[in-house]
Formats: sequence, structure tokens, C-alpha cells
Amino acid sequence: MSADLLPLFVVVPLLAAGALVLLGDPRGLSRTTLLGVLGVDVVASLWLVTDLRDGPTVLAHAVGQWPLGVSIPFAADMLTALMLAMTGSLTLVCAWFGVVSQQARKRFFAPLVLVLTAGFNGALLTADLFNLFVFVETMLLPSYGLIILAHRGRGRLMQVTSARIYVTVNLLASTVLVAGVALVYGVAGTVNLAELSGRATEDSAVAIAVAVVLFALSVKAAVVPVHGWLARTYPFMSPTVTALFSGLHTKVAIYAIYRIYAVVFDGAEEFLWVGLVLFSVTMVVGVLGAVGEQDARSVLAFHMVSQIGYILLGVALFGAAGLTAGIFYLLHHTVVKASLFLSIGAVEIGYGRYPLGHVTGLLRREPLTAVVFFTAAMSLVGLPPFSGFVAKLSLVLAAFGEGRTAVAAVAVVVSLFTLLSMLKVWGKMFLGEPEDSAREVLGTVGARKPRIPAPLVAPALVLVLVTLTFGVGGELLLGVAAVAADGLVDPRAYVEAVIRT
Amino acid sequence: MAIALTVGVLVAGGVFMMLRRGMVRVVIGFMFLNHGVNLIILAAGGADRRGEALGGSPDPATTADPLPQAFVLTAIVISFAVTIYLLVLAVTGDADDDTDLELTGREMETPTFIEDAGGSTALPADELGPRAVRRTGSHSSRRRRPPGGRP
Repeated sequence: MSADLLPLFVVVPLLAAGALVLLGDPRGLSRTTLLGVLGVDVVASLWLVTDLRDGPTVLAHAVGQWPLGVSIPFAADMLTALMLAMTGSLTLVCAWFGVVSQQARKRFFAPLVLVLTAGFNGALLTADLFNLFVFVETMLLPSYGLIILAHRGRGRLMQVTSARIYVTVNLLASTVLVAGVALVYGVAGTVNLAELSGRATEDSAVAIAVAVVLFALSVKAAVVPVHGWLARTYPFMSPTVTALFSGLHTKVAIYAIYRIYAVVFDGAEEFLWVGLVLFSVTMVVGVLGAVGEQDARSVLAFHMVSQIGYILLGVALFGAAGLTAGIFYLLHHTVVKASLFLSIGAVEIGYGRYPLGHVTGLLRREPLTAVVFFTAAMSLVGLPPFSGFVAKLSLVLAAFGEGRTAVAAVAVVVSLFTLLSMLKVWGKMFLGEPEDSAREVLGTVGARKPRIPAPLVAPALVLVLVTLTFGVGGELLLGVAAVAADGLVDPRAYVEAVIRT
Repeated sequence: MAIALTVGVLVAGGVFMMLRRGMVRVVIGFMFLNHGVNLIILAAGGADRRGEALGGSPDPATTADPLPQAFVLTAIVISFAVTIYLLVLAVTGDADDDTDLELTGREMETPTFIEDAGGSTALPADELGPRAVRRTGSHSSRRRRPPGGRP
């Protein structure tokens, strides 16, 4: 793929969104366009992956062909391409769930998701810190809308409450981010990642300024102790939106942390202990929070915090093995978490939403949903033959390889707690007979008759098949992730490509 | 120095307002904070050693750095948009932002998008197989506790 085409990842969804706002939804046009544009996005990013799979080639393009320092550079290496492919596919699956669950009938659903996609793709592609801030905001603004999107008179108060928390926290983090970018500009005279390459190791003023940026990104990634917003907002959005956000929002911050630490800090060893401590604590606090929750989606939201610790551990174990494991974990987690949110969402749409223990015995009534949930849960825990096993094994091995035995032990123990809380959801929701209170909920429908139509489970099922494929074909994906990790260990190709534009 | 002091005052005021409970006060706090940060961006362009943007000498070494001004314009637009949205959220919904479901006993239902057959954007009942759960309108059921009296 020619580098000149990179801006199209942003331009096409954005134009489609604008057109849809004007045209509305005659004969399902917006749903067709939504799925069509996202499909093209996936195909294009897979093309990018196959183009870049052989090694350190990096595509870079200066938007508008302005000279270096003025232009906004877009660059794609293997990591970018992988992220584009994975999140594009995830958005497509979530949009499909949105169509099936009727949320896509809302007039502004499709345009909002398309703007979100444009912002996300831009944030992945840009090699400029200020532009990263702009694209993160481009991504967040439609998200704010998606949180409170509801049919007239059917909105829930909790949606507004969660939107308030979500917007204030993200606005605060963005404000800190832009202040950090300003400080970087003040001390380094540029916000271009390539020009900043290695500067943090030479000049401690730059290191502090970039640290402010990294702090703001950690808030957006929900690293303990700034994780509380995630567990208090994700459970209260619609199922489609929760699944979509779980795959996109924290991931863009994680991606930026990987990229910035690799390029600007050059993977400096002296700061790695900060990451090791913070991310280990994140793993533990997240999983303990999940054990205490009484609602399926809240359990999953706390697990997200825990898993973010695992993913970021890759960057704290800076080295080819650690980064490969971290990138693999990132891809695995995106798929599995969205699958869990979608299957739980299907249950909520079919049976309403109640604390755990009120809707029980779903294994007999909804065998397909139960199997999908169980498989994804086991993948999250890290059992073979699913991708979670490959991800956790390679991460633990990388930790041993770097001599971080304590961290490896934490990762293993946290897995056991993950299993515990997953079995809690499984036992209370899927096993057993319907309780009296649940019968009341289930009301007039016959006890054996399923209430979740197959199309509603299909998106989660597809994601489960993907995690199985990643697990069985882990070797292939690990190879691709290793190429991406090499690009981070040695960012020279990336830097040169951006400078040359 | 004047810019640094102004930023300090604005950020302090912003943090103070944001720590208060009312949503509108939080929004005002954000306005202060955003102004403070915008000043940081302008100061990053070397406001102490450079002149004004237009007029004066055209020497690029002494006129104001245009890049932070472009940054600040973008940042202003974004914070303006988000502030409007925050104000909308401030007048929508409750005075209380407690998310502790177990304590408040608030409804836990998922925002639903599948309408009952009688709804305005009605979905043919057979399109999705079993008919979607019939829930009463959200406003009347807002305070309904989950069945069984728990939690």
C-alpha cells in the first residue's frame, strides 16, 4: 500500500459520517454505510499488515506535503497496522451487534461510530504529540454522545450519571495531556515524535514534560490508582457501547504509551521499575475489585483494569520478548473482552439487567450464549487452547527471562483470582434452576423457551472463534507481534521514515 | 512571570471549583483550568522573548511563534465543545451522582433499544424471534427495585 493512502483511514469515515448526518437513514442507508465503511477499513488495514509483515519497513506520509516541522506526519509500522486491523474488526463486530440490538436504528448511531473510527485511526497513525491529543478528542467527542444515546423516553438515569463521570475524567486527563504537550514544546521546541526521538534520555526537562503526557495517558488507560472512572462508567452504558469502548478507548492510550516510551525514552531502563510496580498493582487491584462486584458487567469492567496491567507489563519488561508478549496480549484482550461484554449484553437484552443471582439457570435455556460466554471467560483466565493461554504464557516467560520473578508470580496468582470471579458469574448466571424471583422476571414466557435470538449471540460467537484461532495459530500471530516489537525496540526505521517525509 | 502567576491562580481556582459537589461548579472549574492550560501553551512559544504576532518587524526570530497559537486555537475549540456538553449533562439527570447501586437501589436495567411492538419505531415482533422483554416506560419504573427486594 502506498504511504500516500494513509490519510484515507481518517478521511473516509469522517466524510461518510458527515454525509450520513445530512442524509439521515432512508431505507437503512446509514446501517449499510456504517458496515460498508468499516468493512473497507478492515480490508485496508489487513492489506497494510500483509505489506509490512516482512520487517522494519515503515510507511510515512506528511499530510498535505508540508515540510517537516509544519506538516502532520502519519506513519504506519507493524504495530500500527496490527492495531488498525484489530480495532477495525472489533468496531465492525460491535456495529453489527448494534444493528442486531436495534441501537443502530438511532439516527446518529452510525455517524458517531464513524467519527469514533476516524479519530481512533488518526490517533494510531499520527506521529505528532499535539495531533495525538486532537485525534483522541475526535474519538472522545462522539463517545460522549454514544453514552447517552437512547430512544425518546427510554434513556436511563444511570447513563447520564456515567456520562458525567466519563466526560469529567476524560476532560481532566485531556487537559493534563495538552498541558504536557505544551511543556514538551516549550522545552524541546517540537512535538514531532521523530524529532523527539531519544531526547528524554539526554535532557531531564524533556523527560519530565513527556512524563506529564504519559501520566495523562495512564489516566485514559485506567492504570491504578487512576482507574476508578472505568469501573464506574462502563457498566452503565448500552451493551454495544460498552463492548466498543472496551476495545478502543483504553487501547489507544496503551498504544500511545508503548510508542512514546519506545521512541522518546528509547526504552530507558532506569524508569522501568515504576512501570513494573504500577502495573503489578493494577493487576492485583483490578482483580480484587472484580471479586467484590455483584453485577456481571461490573465484574467485567474491573477485569479490564486488571488486564490493562498485564498489557502494560509488556512495556515495563522492555525488550523483544516482553514487547511481543504485551502486543499479543493487547490483541487477545481486545477480542475476548468485547466477546464477554457482547454475550452478557445479549443476556441483558433478553432478560433485563439484575444483580447476579436473579437471572439463573441460563445454561439450559440459552446453551449457545452459555457456551460462548464460558469459552471467552476461559480464554480471559488463560486456559489452553485459547489465545489467553498463549498471551499469559509468553508474558510470564518474558518476565522470567528479564529476571522479574516476583512480577511473573503476581501474573500467575492474579489469573487464579480471574478464574474465581469468572466462575462466580458462570455459577450465578448460567448454572442452577431459575429462582423464584427470576421466575417472576421471566414472567409469562415458558420456562424452556429461549429469549435470546441467535443473531444477537452471533457477534460474540465470531469473536470467540477468533480467540480460538489466535490460540491454535498462536505461532503465526506471535511472529507478527515480534515484528511489531522489533520496531519498538529499535525505532530507527520509524524515526527515519517520519523525518524523510 | 506574569503568565506563570496567572496560570497558577487559574489552576488553583479550577481545582477548588472542581472539588465542589455541584455539576455547574465543576464545569466552571473546568473553564478556569482550560484557560490556565491555554496560557501554558502560549507561554511554551516563548512569550517572554518574542514580540507580537503581526506588525512590528517581520524577523522570524522575534515575532511570536505561530505554532502554539495554532495549538491554542484547537484546544479552545475542543474545550468549548466539551464545556457545552458538560452543561447539557448538568441540566439532565439527577442532582446526585451516586453510582453505588446497592445503596441507592436504583434500577439496573440496560438501556434498551428493542422497542415493544406498540412503540413508535416498532420492530416487527417476528423479526427478532421471541419478543423483546416488555418493560414499562423508563420514567415510571426508574425507582423500581429489582424483583425479590434485593439488594
